[in-house]
Formats: sequence, C-alpha cells, structure tokens
Amino acid sequence: MPTPLTRTLMLNGRRLAVSVDDGAEDLLYVLRDRLGQHGPRFGCGVSQCGACTVLVDGEIIRSCVTPLNTVAEGASVETLDALDADGTPNPLQRTFVEKQAAQCAYCVNGIVMGSLGWLRQRKAAGDTSVPSEDEIAAFLSGKSSASTFDYICRCGAHRRMIEAIRQAAPEVLA
Amino acid sequence: MTATDISRRGFLAGIGSIAVAFSLGPVAVRPREAHAAAQAQDGLRIDETGDTGSLSWLVLTPSGLTIHSGKVELGTGTQTALTQIVVEEMHLDAGHVGYVQGDTEVTPDQGVTAGSKTVQNGGPQLRQAAATAYQALLGLAAQYFHVSKDQLVADNGVFRLEGTDRQVTYDHLVAQAAVVLTADPKAPTASPADYAVVGRPMARADLPDKLTARFRYVHDVTVPGMLHGRVVRPSGRNARFVSIDPDSMARAKAIPGFVSVVQRGNFVGVVGRTEWAAVQAADADTGIQVDWADGEPLVPQDSLPQALRDPSNQYASVEMVNVGDVDQALASAAATREASYFTPFQMHGAMGASCGVADVRAAPDAAGVQATVWSGTQDVYALRGAIAHLLGLSTDSVRVVYEEAAGCYGHNGADDSCADAALMSQAVGRPVRVQWRRQDEHGWEPLGPAMAHDLRGGVTAGKVVAWEHVLCSPTHGSRPNDNPGTLLAGALTGSLPATLPTDPDDSAGRNAPVTYAFPNNHLTGKLVRSFETTGTTSGVPAAPLRYRFLRSTALRSLGGLSNTFANESFLDELAAAGGVDPLELRLRSLDDPRAKAVVEALADTWAARPKGGNGTGAGLAYQRYETQFAYAAAYVEVQVDMGTGAVRVPRVVVAHDCGLVINPDGLRNQIEGNVVQGVSRALIEEVLFDARGVTSVVWEQSDFHPTPQYPVIRFDAVPRIETVLIDRPDQPAWGAGEPTIGVIPAAIGNAVFAATGVRIRTLPMTPDRVLKALESG
Ligand code: FES
Ligand code: FES
Repeated sequence: MPTPLTRTLMLNGRRLAVSVDDGAEDLLYVLRDRLGQHGPRFGCGVSQCGACTVLVDGEIIRSCVTPLNTVAEGASVETLDALDADGTPNPLQRTFVEKQAAQCAYCVNGIVMGSLGWLRQRKAAGDTSVPSEDEIAAFLSGKSSASTFDYICRCGAHRRMIEAIRQAAPEVLA
Repeated sequence: MTATDISRRGFLAGIGSIAVAFSLGPVAVRPREAHAAAQAQDGLRIDETGDTGSLSWLVLTPSGLTIHSGKVELGTGTQTALTQIVVEEMHLDAGHVGYVQGDTEVTPDQGVTAGSKTVQNGGPQLRQAAATAYQALLGLAAQYFHVSKDQLVADNGVFRLEGTDRQVTYDHLVAQAAVVLTADPKAPTASPADYAVVGRPMARADLPDKLTARFRYVHDVTVPGMLHGRVVRPSGRNARFVSIDPDSMARAKAIPGFVSVVQRGNFVGVVGRTEWAAVQAADADTGIQVDWADGEPLVPQDSLPQALRDPSNQYASVEMVNVGDVDQALASAAATREASYFTPFQMHGAMGASCGVADVRAAPDAAGVQATVWSGTQDVYALRGAIAHLLGLSTDSVRVVYEEAAGCYGHNGADDSCADAALMSQAVGRPVRVQWRRQDEHGWEPLGPAMAHDLRGGVTAGKVVAWEHVLCSPTHGSRPNDNPGTLLAGALTGSLPATLPTDPDDSAGRNAPVTYAFPNNHLTGKLVRSFETTGTTSGVPAAPLRYRFLRSTALRSLGGLSNTFANESFLDELAAAGGVDPLELRLRSLDDPRAKAVVEALADTWAARPKGGNGTGAGLAYQRYETQFAYAAAYVEVQVDMGTGAVRVPRVVVAHDCGLVINPDGLRNQIEGNVVQGVSRALIEEVLFDARGVTSVVWEQSDFHPTPQYPVIRFDAVPRIETVLIDRPDQPAWGAGEPTIGVIPAAIGNAVFAATGVRIRTLPMTPDRVLKALESG
C-alpha cells in the first residue's frame, strides 16, 4: 500500500514542503504536476534519454526514476526553470541560443542540466580545464568516467550543442 | 494584440489595422475579394467560414504584425523564415511577427504541414501579402503628406518625405486605418538583389523561451479540472480484449486518486486525479491486469524481405516509369548487374513520448464547441474530423488547438494520443491529459514501413544503358481523416482503417524514379497490404481488422529514403561494373545544370578523399527531392572496424540547392538534422517485432528490457558536418526539411564499399551485418 509522505525541499533556493499520497511517486511528477516546473520533461520514464534531468544536491538525477522518498529531507533541487532566476541567463542557456543549438528543443533540459552538473563537478574536483569536443560527446554518451547516463537528441542538433557547451564551459568553470 | 480580437471562426480587424488575406497552401488565392462584413462600429469582422476559408491573414496593428495561419510550427524554424520574408517586404530592418496558428476555431484549413513544404508553398503567397500591405501603407503615407508615392522613402518603420525632414511612422498610419485587402499578385516586391533580411542568418524566435522552460509544449497544457490518463495496450496487434482481473481492479480502485478504468472494445485506459495515480493504475504490477486473447500472428520479421515480394501480400502493381526497352538493352550491355536492397520498419521515435489533452463535454457550449483537443498534430483539421467521428459528434462541435510537441518527423503518435484522451474524457466527463509511456510510443506509433527493392542495370562505354527498379512496400500514408479508424483508438474500438492507396505516388514511390537521363528505364511499384483486405486486388480493409504487417505511415521522406538508398547504391555498383568514377558517372548521367552543380560542388572534396581500403573510404550519393524540388548531394567518409564490423562516420559534406536561401543558418541546422538522422537510420535503427507486435519498446537494452531495443544515434557517433549552400536568389525557395536525409544511407553504403570492397544492401548497417558480409567476402 502506498505510504503518504511530506518532504521539505530547497527548490531552486526556495524552501517548501510537498505532500504526496504515495512516497514512491517519482520526482518528475512531483516537480511538474505539483510544483509547477516545466524544465524537466517526460521523455522515456526509464532513465534512457535525459529529458527529466534535474540536479539534486548538485548531483545529476534522472527524476523519472527517482521516487520522492529517496530524495533526502531538505535536499536542494535545481531545475532549468530557475537557471536565469536572477535575470541573467546561465552561460549554457546563452550559448545554446547563440549557436541555435536545437530544433524542437525538447531535449535541451537534459543536455543543459546534465552538462551544467558535470562542469560544476569538474570544477569542484579542481579541474577547470575546458573539456574538448570529444570529452563533451563522451559525457553526453554516458562514456565518461563521470557518468553512464546517455542523452538523446532526436532532431540531430548534436554538433551545435557540443559547441555551445564548449563555449559556455570557461564561464561555468570560472 | 489590441486591435484584433479572436472569436469563433473569425477575428475582428478593427480601426487601427490593415488585414491582407492570402493563401499559405499550394492553392492560389481565390479570385474573390476577401469577405468582410461590417459589424460593430469599431471594426470589421473577418469571417473565415465563407469562401475565404482557406486563407491566411497578415494583420498589421500598431502593436505588431500577426499571421493567422492553419500551418503549424514543427520545430524546424519555419516561422523564422516566413518572418524574414515579411520583414523584407515591409522594408523593416528586423521585426517580430506573431503567429496565431493551428486552431480550427481561428485559423483556416490549409492541410497538413509536412514534407518540408511550408516555406515552399506559403513563402511566395506571404511575400505578395506583405508587399500588398506595404503598398497600402505607402498609399496611406502619400495621402498623409498629400504627395505621390514616389516621393516617399521607407526606412525601418518610417516613411520619409524626400528632401525634407518630415516623416510618419507605420504605426501612426496603421492606427488610423481600417483596411481589408486580398493579396495582390501584382504588388511590386523587393528585388532579390536588394534583399537585406532574406538570405541572412536570423535567430529563431522560439529558442530563448525553450532554453528557459518558459515555452509551453502540448505536454505542459493544463485545463481546469484536468485528470490524467494512461493507456493499456493489447498484448498484440491482432489481440482481443477478454477481461480485467477483478482482484487487480480492486487494487487499482484503492490507489489514492484513482478515478476510472475506460474500456471500449480493445481500448483500455485508466484515469486518475494525478499523473502518478494513472501511472500506478495502468501498471500491471500495481494496477489493473488485462487479459487479452492473442490474435493471428504477424508475418515473421526474418521473412520480411520475401514477404514484401510475395504476390499474395500485394494488392496492386503500378508501372511508374517505362522508357525504351530494358530487356533488350540489358542483353546488349557490356556489363550488367542485379541486386536487391532492403530497409526495415523504422520509427519516428520522438524525443518526447506523445501527449494529448481533450475536454469533451456532455453538451456544446454557447459557441457550439462540445469537445476541445490540444494536440501536436500536423493537421488540426484532419484530426478534428477523425475525433468528431470517433466521439460521435458533429465536426463543427470539435475544436482542435495546435500546441507544439517534440519534433515529429512525420505522422507519429501525436494524433493517436489525442484520440486516447478524447475517448477517456468523453467517458469520465472531465478534461483528460494522456501522456504516452515510452513503451506506448515505441510499441504502437505508426511506423515507416519496410521496403524491398530489386534492381537490374547495364553499362556500356561508361554510360548506364539500362535501369530497372521494382519496389515493394506497404503504405506510407495513414494520416487521419474523417474515418475514425485512421486513429489507433478508433481501430481498437472497431472502426476499420482507411483504404490503402491505389498508387505509389507521393508514398512508397517517392524518389523511386531517378532523375538521370537513362535511355532504357523501367520502374514498378508493388503495393503491399498491411492488413487483410476484401480481395486479392483490393486495398479495402476486411472486417474484422487483421494486420499482416505493422501499421505504417509517413516517416520523414516517405519511400524516399529507402528508394534513394537502393538507387544510389546500385548506381555505384554500375559505376564499379563499368569502371567509371562514381562522381563522373553521376555527372554524365545528369543533364540539369543545377543538378550537376550540386554534384560538382563536391568534386574537390571527392578528389581529396581517402584512397579507400583498410576500412577507410568515402562515398557519394545524389538526389533531387521528389524528383522536382531541392537538389542534395552528400559526401561521406567512413571507418569500418574490420574486426567488429562497426561503421563510424567521422565526416559528412552536403551540397544543397533549394533555390532562394532565406535563412542560411536555419537551413544549415535543418541539413545537419537530416544528416544525423540519416546516419542513425542507416547504421542503427530497426524496429524489432514478434508474432504479436513490436518488441523494441525503449531506447536501450537493460535489465528491465533484456532483449534488443530501438536505439538512435548518440553524441559520440555524430559526424562533423560541412554544408555547401548554393543560393539561387532568383529562384523559388524550396523546403529543406527532407531532401538531405535520403542521400545519407546510400553515401554511407558506398563509402563502406570503398573502405572494404563489400557492399551492404540491407539497412541498418549494424556491426553484425557488416561483419557477416566481411566474412563472406
Ligand atoms: S524521461 Fe527520464 S531519462 Fe528519459
Ligand atoms: S532538438 Fe529536438 S530532440 Fe533535440
């Protein structure tokens, strides 16, 4: 039987409590249907595409397979929705527009949030070198040491995205 | 928008506006004045239900430019290109054009948005509309100054009176106007030589909002009181509903937020107050368990190549080209070849699983609307008819509103998911949003069909003297129409699908005819029945519906991808047989100078190609889209791992002529997308199925999905892409959404041949398949 749950989260820096009838409800539905977030999207529901990516305590998370009851009390959750909350777009948001690095853009949430999490992790580990195009491609193909997550873009905007990430990287790593 | 007010099937163009009617579709503007009836004293009601029903409107108000159009944006930047055309003709430097689009209440019926034709068909008409509006403005400015038009100079939203410092803004003129016009085909347009906006890169208007999650896709639509639905599909394509296990039903009912199970025929869905409740109720582990009776088996996948060629599976054979005498020419040719090619079922595989929202009421509202559907469909009008018949409502009482979905690349699950939502909404009397699972999309979306090709050809003295192509294919066109059986939910509730097409034109036969001047040339299209029909030569579905093959429809470039794979690979075979350079053979066989130009644009790259052998090589392919539109040629380099058979594509160069280039960066983006999807379809993609139905239901094999699945290309496999755009400013602008994808598989196959000496005639060129071919030499 489902167990109700109330969780306190720091959603994009704002403290709030969310209650669900079933603590096993995946974070994706909690964020979209209860907390009004539109960045994370349903792509596959089985952790294979990246559309639902959010950062939880800085970690890259596939929210479609992350039950709320596995998210720590008080955890910080960051979504695409608030990346430009201070009025300035995140460097990745800016370079994706500059490079026109999308077609339908359904995938960009995953690719932006995933690479943001990755670049921040590199920085936190003391590596501020700008990754090469091959390194970026390897990360987004789940073939880097950092992550085994694959990101899909069905429209074929891959090369522009790789360039946009590379262009934004110095600022994210600074 | 202050001065135009949208109402049922029309809008108000009040004082303070100039409205110009035009056609965005292939049909010319009807030769009748736009119908406008004086209504309230503050404006004119433009009635789109009358003779002007197929028209679009360009509306100028002081607050901006708006296009009311039945065409929809498909994530390809079409709006940006159309905006550039308007801005150019209005003599503006830059500008924003708003779009009110794809709503059966407020926009006209312009048919389907597909086949990369929006700019091609609509661009010239829109240009005339903008030029007409500009002339109207110019006339108003001349009146304003009491001068003749030629004393005025337009400068980015302002008319200046020559030789003075007097000026008047467009906005000021528009604010006083109440003008309704039909686009004047003779209104003078800007000369291509003077283009300042057209032909320059322009950023897409939609991207900033998409990057900040402000953009609303159909998946984000919410309606007050909206519930959430999930579907539970049958165990197979021909399976029948038996029952729902009562214990599992009780379990589902206990789920917090559970609302209802909706079952009609073979359609089963669940509805919940929350999405999570629906997810749980639809899951056989936590919710309902449905008992299905397996139906007749599908034709086995491994027999597809023979089955497509089997006359008992074909209901028609159509001669598409018949020039000269192929048999005679083959008998006397210096060298001859025969070869067979095959492409499997492939899927659209939208990044976002399909989603639809429907609000079906018990009775019509004051405006006569009883059902409203929000959809990522390519054709709001066709979907409206299908949904109306599915629900048993009059077409007039159904409203379909377009909301952008993830890129669709053809007729995918967008329409079907709305039908699911409509059925469930009607059953529960509340608005319902249906989000398909990935497994629903991969498992049940209408697919691009498998195709088989048999070719024969002959070369003498370095020229192709004989060419024969026989293609076999199920339909590439099952788009919705007034028949509810064109929707999956309709077929599951007992309606029969549409009659299969009687000829391969613009379906299986797309790009089957080559545009080479071969003296003896024969082409036959054999049409394969997807389901049992009423007779051996009938394409009419027999009742009860029984599928032989998976349901198929329009996938990017229709039969074009497989036809060009076969044609352009086989041309390479003939080049090898005749000892001719493949680029040279193409040039020799073409007589259209624009066709030659795109091939020649690759000549330097071709000359500098890797020599071939040791697993490294390069290949070429060329086509003219639909044999009459854009020209595309591709050069592809491959690296074949001789130990594993894995093919890598490190570099692709595309030469492209689609006439006037409106937005070069947008065009490059489109071409790149074509290349990437083409590489994916050539190397990786194959729908897998068993006797019941599709077994490749997610992107990757995993512990939860232990059998092979349906992956698409990943970031580390995407080639570097160079594009050579041949701009023809004095020629019509043709669409670019599909021309390039067709040449990619053949160019890869030809490169693999150059690299290994082995020809791969079956897609996709997976490591296993390539390795087997390498081993058998
Ligand atoms: S939706 Fe979560 S990874 Fe695809
Ligand atoms: S831009 Fe459409 S899926 Fe990536």
